Amino acid sequence: MQAVEKKSSAKENAIQFLFKYGAIALLAFIILYFSSISEAFLTYGNFTDILRSISIVTLLALGVTFTLVVDGFDLSVGSTMSLATVVTASLMVWYELPLWLVLVLPLLVGVAIGALNSFLIVVIGIPDLLATLGMMYIVAGLHRTYTEGYSIYNNMPLTSGGTAPGQLSEAFLWIGQGKMLGLPVPVWIMLVMVLATYVVLNHTRWGRILQMTGGNAEAATLSGVNVKKVKFAAYVISGVFASMAGILFTARVGSGQIDAGAPLMMEAVAAVFVGYSVLGAGKPNALGTFFGAAVIGILLNGLTILNLPYYAFDIIKGGVLVIALAVTYVYAKHKFART
Amino acid sequence: MKNYLLSMSGIQKTFGKVKALEKTNFHLQKGEVHALLGVNGAGKSTLMKILSGVYEQDGGELLLEGKSIRLSSPKAAKEQGIYCVYQEVDTAIVAELSVAENILLDTFVSGKNVFVSKSKLYAKAKAALKELQAENIAVQQKAARLTLAEKQLVLIARALVHSAKIIIFDEPTAPLSIHEAEKLFSVIGKLKSEGVSCVFISHRLPEVFEISDRITVMREGTVVETFETARADQDQIVGSMLGASLSNELINRTHPIGAPLLQVNGLSDSEKLKDITFEVAEGEIVGVVGLVGAGKTELAKALFGGMHLTKGSVQLAGKSLKLKHPEDAIKAGMALVPEERRKEGLFVHESLQTNASFPNLRKFSRGLFMNKAAEKGFASDIINRLRIKTDSTETPLVHLSGGNQQKVAIGKWISLDSALYLFDEPTKGVDIGAKVDIFKLVRQLAASGKGCIYFSSEIHEAIGISDRILVMYNGQIVKEFSREEATQERILLYASGGKEELGERKRDTVSV
Repeated sequence: MQAVEKKSSAKENAIQFLFKYGAIALLAFIILYFSSISEAFLTYGNFTDILRSISIVTLLALGVTFTLVVDGFDLSVGSTMSLATVVTASLMVWYELPLWLVLVLPLLVGVAIGALNSFLIVVIGIPDLLATLGMMYIVAGLHRTYTEGYSIYNNMPLTSGGTAPGQLSEAFLWIGQGKMLGLPVPVWIMLVMVLATYVVLNHTRWGRILQMTGGNAEAATLSGVNVKKVKFAAYVISGVFASMAGILFTARVGSGQIDAGAPLMMEAVAAVFVGYSVLGAGKPNALGTFFGAAVIGILLNGLTILNLPYYAFDIIKGGVLVIALAVTYVYAKHKFART
Repeated sequence: MKNYLLSMSGIQKTFGKVKALEKTNFHLQKGEVHALLGVNGAGKSTLMKILSGVYEQDGGELLLEGKSIRLSSPKAAKEQGIYCVYQEVDTAIVAELSVAENILLDTFVSGKNVFVSKSKLYAKAKAALKELQAENIAVQQKAARLTLAEKQLVLIARALVHSAKIIIFDEPTAPLSIHEAEKLFSVIGKLKSEGVSCVFISHRLPEVFEISDRITVMREGTVVETFETARADQDQIVGSMLGASLSNELINRTHPIGAPLLQVNGLSDSEKLKDITFEVAEGEIVGVVGLVGAGKTELAKALFGGMHLTKGSVQLAGKSLKLKHPEDAIKAGMALVPEERRKEGLFVHESLQTNASFPNLRKFSRGLFMNKAAEKGFASDIINRLRIKTDSTETPLVHLSGGNQQKVAIGKWISLDSALYLFDEPTKGVDIGAKVDIFKLVRQLAASGKGCIYFSSEIHEAIGISDRILVMYNGQIVKEFSREEATQERILLYASGGKEELGERKRDTVSV
């Protein structure tokens, strides 16, 4: 009898350890492996490259994190990002607006989409997945209609004849392409946002309210939380993050590409779920989300160096996601089992 | 020592760190109806799950007809002739199969024949039902079309075709009407006359006295006493179930009742509540009793801002309240311990500390930032005050027992220092030790001048704790009793829609 108990607790400990540090150990292993086979991998330049490459996805993913924390889901972040991308570009190229407006107006677009999402979910009562699926299509259509199907670039020819008057300004492009203290500006933006999200979710009253609303909306209501307002806030935040990602994308690429966000949406969602498995969280969390984006980014970077064909990348992304989810759910079963 | 059909001796069972059963002895004679009583959490179900092979004991021995047996699975138990009729009959019935197939289900599952003769099947099933005087159930029809009572009979018939020696009835009468229950009792009588031993679990004392030969009472994971039914009375049994400490705890009240605190006037909602008017004073405990569905929970939620009110007014400490959301009620100085604690009262995957601080986050934060040390301090405080059994303040609540969870659900309100506490079935699914702690706490709150409303369908508990009792029936308050006037019988009469002028009702269904 005792032997059995000992064995089971050893197994329990192994699972605890695997869950808490497994993701980090895996990342360390990946880094070691790539460094051992390629000299180009473990260099400062390559790492800032990786961080820059994940900065946009991470911003999107932080927004998704907020909606998942309140037990919602936001599928519309990709489209919102696409819309913000073309709006940002158009404000400069078509309308030649001052920089502060170029930065503020797309964020307001994000606020509006977030508000509309929460209206559908909180007031009308459509399940979040379905409501944001609908919005995903609507916003995707909107952004293509807005540009009439074209990407927006400096002095582009206009369908109404002539060329567009404006250009993306240097100051604006600096946001996506500049450097500060040895790191690219997008990396700084990402790090600040990850840190801010972490602090808000884990160390403030607001974060506690968001988390509890997601944990048990009914109990939160009976503890005096206005759950509708909290959910509203989460979707608006998600919209704002998606817009930031869009602005950053425009600055990075130097034009307003259409359909910029669509492929990034699923990657962002995957990053959040991979993040569940970091440090035993078992739920959406800011550091985990960053970590999830980093794991995927590093893997893809390494595999590129190894000449893995791009069309095989999705296999890797999916594989990482499935493994992370398996660890998370196996652990949840153990952690919350009653006996 | 007598020759028992079944002897369970020194049975032990532990779940994690919780001892569910400790050195429990239970003996069953051939052909007797043996009632097993105990409050929730006393260990009845665990003991019976061991007997029916669902759990295996950690220690102790089972003897069947003098031979030591091991029941490692429900199948093993059935092979020994031990069957169980669960309260949730639907879990054991395959709705899409015919009645006959359901009765002979175990033969299919373990049988070797690939083909089954329909006529033989029907004949066998008919014979089994006939033994139970239930020929009126057509064996060809789908089981889905049966009533609950009929499904129970099908399960009993299933035990019969396998010549069961022991049948365990786990609260079989809970979902039945009085008429259906009578029918079941006659079936149990028949089983008994054929030498089948029945274990009968019920919360209704009168029926236990009606049909059982012996009564075994369990408390806190062990058997306390076994009575010959003919030589026992209800008070003795209740005393044995609750233990002496509880009754003493409840009798003494010392503090005075103060000024009026809550005034509810003509309150109605759009669904259930009709014209509710009552008062609660400072330091007073008002019991609101009623059967399931009488509107107690609705009233509690309405006072707490969770219902759409159509008429009436609520005043707290002289101030008129607009109750649109629980937020309003909490700000006005109310606290609610809801009935479904896991669903409505707690965040079971979160730590004790996180749960405890939640209703009053501002108190546990500096500016916008949480002050985790203050949270921890408060959590430790309520752990000591309410004697909560837990490893630490960081333990997720899922790992706590029901009673300890409930203490957290109550304790989390203490930091707000509310004026009025609403308790909705606070002792539901709570073990006896925790019950006493909860009663003490309610008393303490009242003694410190808080108003308390104690919503309960456990009438004797409400009588024990309350200064005044309001009886609800069908969304209305139909009667008010002072503590001295209140008896279980009188309350039950009003709670089931009767009036005293109409005479006593024949059968009371007191639940304990």
